[in-house]
Amino acid sequence: MSLPRTCHALAASLPLAALLASPTTLAAPDPGDWQAVVEEARGQTVYWHAWGGDGRTNRYLEWVAERMQAEHQVEVIHVKLGDTAEAVSRVLAERQAGNDDDGSVDLVWINGENFAAMRDSDLLFGPFAEQLPHFALTHPEHNPEVVTDFTLPTDGFESPWGKAQITFYYDSDELDTPPTSVAEIKAWAEDNPGRFSYPRIPDFTGSTFLKQALIELSDADEALYAPVEESDFEAVSAPLWDYLDDLHPHLWRSGRQFPASGPDMLRLMGDGELALAFTFIPSEPAAAVADGELAPSTRSYVLDGGTLGNVHFVAIPYNSPHKAAAMLLADFLLTPEAQAHKQDLAVWGDRTVLDVSRLDDDQAARFELDQDNPAMLAPDALEQTLAEPHPSWMDALQEAWQARYVGR
Amino acid sequence: MLRLAPWLITALLVGPILAGLAMAALPAFGYLPALGGDSLSLDPWRDLFAQPGLARSVAISFSSGIATTAVSLTVVVLFLAGASGNRLDRWIRRMVSPLLSIPHAAAAFGLAFLIAPSGLVSRALSPTVTGWERPPDLLIVQDPWGLSLMAGLVVKEIPFLLLMSLAALHQIDAEHRVALARSLGYRPTIAWLKVVLPSLYPLIRLPVFAVIAYASSVVDVAMILGPTLPPTLSVSLLTWFNDPDLSRRFMASAGALLQLGVTLAALASWWGLECLVRRLGRGWMAGGQRQRGERRLRIAGKALILLAAITALVGIAGLAINSLAGFWRFPDGLPQTVTLQHWQRALPSLGGPVAATLMIAGTATLLAVGLVLAALENEQRSGRQPAQGQLTSALTLLYLPLIVPQIAFLFGLVVVMEALGTRPTRWLVIFGHLLFVLPYVFLSMSEAYRRFDPRWSRVALTLGATPNDAFWRVRLPMLLAPLLTAMAVGLAVSIGQYLPTLLLGAGRVSTVTTEAVALAAGGNRRLIGVWALVQASLPLLGFIIAVGLPRLLWSNRRGMRGTP
Amino acid sequence: MTAPSLEFNRVHIALHGRTLLELDARVAPGEVLTVMGPSGSGKSTLLAYAAGFLAPAFQASGQVLLGGQDITTLPAERRGIGLLFQDPLLFPHLSVAGNLRFGLPRATPDKAARVETALADIGLAGFGARDPATLSGGQQSRVALMRLLLSAPKAVLLDEPFSKLDTALRHEMRQLVFGRLRDADLPSLLVTHDSEDARDAGGQMIELS
Repeated sequence: MSLPRTCHALAASLPLAALLASPTTLAAPDPGDWQAVVEEARGQTVYWHAWGGDGRTNRYLEWVAERMQAEHQVEVIHVKLGDTAEAVSRVLAERQAGNDDDGSVDLVWINGENFAAMRDSDLLFGPFAEQLPHFALTHPEHNPEVVTDFTLPTDGFESPWGKAQITFYYDSDELDTPPTSVAEIKAWAEDNPGRFSYPRIPDFTGSTFLKQALIELSDADEALYAPVEESDFEAVSAPLWDYLDDLHPHLWRSGRQFPASGPDMLRLMGDGELALAFTFIPSEPAAAVADGELAPSTRSYVLDGGTLGNVHFVAIPYNSPHKAAAMLLADFLLTPEAQAHKQDLAVWGDRTVLDVSRLDDDQAARFELDQDNPAMLAPDALEQTLAEPHPSWMDALQEAWQARYVGR
Repeated sequence: MLRLAPWLITALLVGPILAGLAMAALPAFGYLPALGGDSLSLDPWRDLFAQPGLARSVAISFSSGIATTAVSLTVVVLFLAGASGNRLDRWIRRMVSPLLSIPHAAAAFGLAFLIAPSGLVSRALSPTVTGWERPPDLLIVQDPWGLSLMAGLVVKEIPFLLLMSLAALHQIDAEHRVALARSLGYRPTIAWLKVVLPSLYPLIRLPVFAVIAYASSVVDVAMILGPTLPPTLSVSLLTWFNDPDLSRRFMASAGALLQLGVTLAALASWWGLECLVRRLGRGWMAGGQRQRGERRLRIAGKALILLAAITALVGIAGLAINSLAGFWRFPDGLPQTVTLQHWQRALPSLGGPVAATLMIAGTATLLAVGLVLAALENEQRSGRQPAQGQLTSALTLLYLPLIVPQIAFLFGLVVVMEALGTRPTRWLVIFGHLLFVLPYVFLSMSEAYRRFDPRWSRVALTLGATPNDAFWRVRLPMLLAPLLTAMAVGLAVSIGQYLPTLLLGAGRVSTVTTEAVALAAGGNRRLIGVWALVQASLPLLGFIIAVGLPRLLWSNRRGMRGTP
Repeated sequence: MTAPSLEFNRVHIALHGRTLLELDARVAPGEVLTVMGPSGSGKSTLLAYAAGFLAPAFQASGQVLLGGQDITTLPAERRGIGLLFQDPLLFPHLSVAGNLRFGLPRATPDKAARVETALADIGLAGFGARDPATLSGGQQSRVALMRLLLSAPKAVLLDEPFSKLDTALRHEMRQLVFGRLRDADLPSLLVTHDSEDARDAGGQMIELS
């Protein structure tokens, strides 16, 4: 072969090579070709941004990291957030700085208003969720909550991970019959000043209490499930502020200070400062009794008429450089093994999103709840789940609360 | 090479701070093209001043700066004035280093558990003394006036100011002065206040200013002990900066400038107070009063410093108990059951952060020690050292990171890094730590280095040793003890850093401090106990080495005991 | 090889424009030149100048010659001038032998044997491993002198080396020091305010005011 011809051949092949090379470096992995995803993921590192304020949750994430390393050679690093909003802010800032393919967030634990915000700004990768091999086990056709997030369809841009529902708990040594409605709570607090509170807004557990109260106190349910702009916020929320204005003087520290979070409230229960509290994780009180953080006389219940519940998800930012590994991780979280381990009281106690009634018997057996534990909810307690209002209500309520109660 | 050291240090410290401040100043007036702000406006300031509770945030940050410093300094001065070198005094002096090594966050956790209505003190007194069967509903921790925040800071700043004062006292021959005044009939404490304090204060003014700046802008301690509705200005800034609504960053930048202003205002007010005290003090100084108040002052000094030391130590002990506690019902003084479960569970997750902490602290400290030694050695060789206590060299700028609030320039620095497309890495965090480690290493090393008898090096040189020989074979080994102490201080400073790690590491770099503070929100005291103890023990290890290694090495060298 | 002499060629030292001292002298090998004067007369400035440690604040003119060679601008470690201070200044972190070894030039063969011989020479055989802080004042002074001699200087500066010794010891040390310097044929400059030092040194004497 003569020299000029070699050069010519090289020159001709260059653009082709460039074309061939670009999809593998730039294009996102296709969740439809799962084998390719698994192979691409091997050796990648997933930076999973997730709220890090709860020891039990953090420990579960460590277990996930170990399993992912062993099973798929994927390194999972839990970036502990104080608030999920931090991750949203980071991805936004990266896009503003023109960083569209080498972001620092690979997976984010998310739902509600943060999901809505990221979807609105086109910050998410997808759709991918419904193509994850284990997603089918959630049977969305029977369980619409796994594809709906605060009234919004998820459209495959986030994958369900766990279920939360507001659950109240109290020390049965101190309290015979706990209040069973938002209105009763106020009456009870007047009789037992300083023994109840809710987490400081904008904590998500605290914000959920506001929504729970609003649903019970207002008769404008329809408005709550549509964007807040479509209704008269002041008129709809007025009963809530009247209620809180009355309630606050009877709260812990006379409402001049609030617990930092759900777990912080749990600590105050353990210290005997509070006599009544609530959590977003139904089996948390039972798990805390087992860990010596709450008195053995602790009991759980839900309000008459049900409490707010939601599903929490994981999503992948559009500029994640490790989407394959992130998808693999999202899928692993949906395996019966990971879901059962998560629900284990000794681990975390977060309820599964899988449709246990449609699993085969062996697998379903792993999800049986320990009903002997007296701190555990009655099995039928979670049948009445109130759906989350439209996410815009969360922001509006948080802002109004702060304007009303901060700096007084 | 050596000659470049002071300039390198100055550039390393001043560059990032100025860049950070600039990138806070531009968005504060609406200019940040990356976020669509391309014209100057006052909107960020309008938004800022419309924030609920802003005035209160500012007031708490300001008063925390002044009150913390005033109380800490008063306690240190009274203690030193009344110290007579008896056993108790010596014990307190020996406690300085360990107390200093407790990271702020750990001390704050300890204090929180000590003074909370369901805390150790309340449990110890209940129900026997107080009659409380359940914790009283009292707003103590995170009180809206910031008193518990200030108390937490005072506990940590007393050892710092005490250490700085003890180092400065070497320079002014306090004992002779007191002896002279006593021969004129002055009681010792009064004598100290009248003849030593006026010379001591100028020597510790810089550390005092550093305390003001720190206390008015601290983040981690304020998150644990500070008020919440609203929090201090610095904590609010952190929230705004992390808000998913990016337009809030303009407001956050304005807030960063406001924080700088609050700190400067606190410094200026302090300076005003200084003038006032000097004027009032002049009359008292020359008034001839020799006896009155002697006993009361001496006892107050001793009692207050003991209270601070014991508070810190009992707080840590409380954390230790918590880390082993099973269920612990109020008002039991001790938990009903003891368990190793919290430690066992935390152990697997401790490894990574502990390794990262040590790696970052070790690297930052070694870099700092190298630079500081180079600068000091250069000073020696060129024969140009600033007169004692005077700050005339370019190295004065070294102390900038101690005066400019971290939070005011770190956000700007993050914006600079984002604009440069720099990925958050461990090196960035190390660099961020270096900004704060360097000044403290310099502060604790320079005194011993400058006071080192120059004849030792001269002997070595006239025996034919080169200047490098003299440095490695004489100066360095003879200064080993202060060098190790400076390194321990550097490690402690780095280990305690929260904000630089969080911001420059983008949350990806987790150290024991970021982990412990992240857990604060969860409020799980047992877990916090584990992490805070680990956090406190790492720097302590450094101090144990700093004290033990020279003793071991020089066990057979009487002349090396009682460091030069 | 003839031993070198130490010369001060029209040396003039000033501070802030004020003349501190002037000196024009020559010290022959084995001789001691004594400079006397009260404190503040510039004695130690002269030593610092000759040894190469003069602080930049001083303005000096003139030359120092050693064996005819101008050493005025050489750094201290290359001047070949040894210095004996008021205090023995034995390095506290080294053993007695370690101190002596520090004086020996780097390329010296069989250092250990040289050190042993030197110790025996000053009556301290077997003291090598000792901590210098455990030696008596006189013993320390002897080690310091021996360390100086082992470094093979070409001239020696003495900065009131006997002022801190008690009277009984002082005479004995003078004999030893001056004897050794004479034996080694070294030109020496002694600054002191003790006229007995000057008498024992036996050389020429200059008084500063």
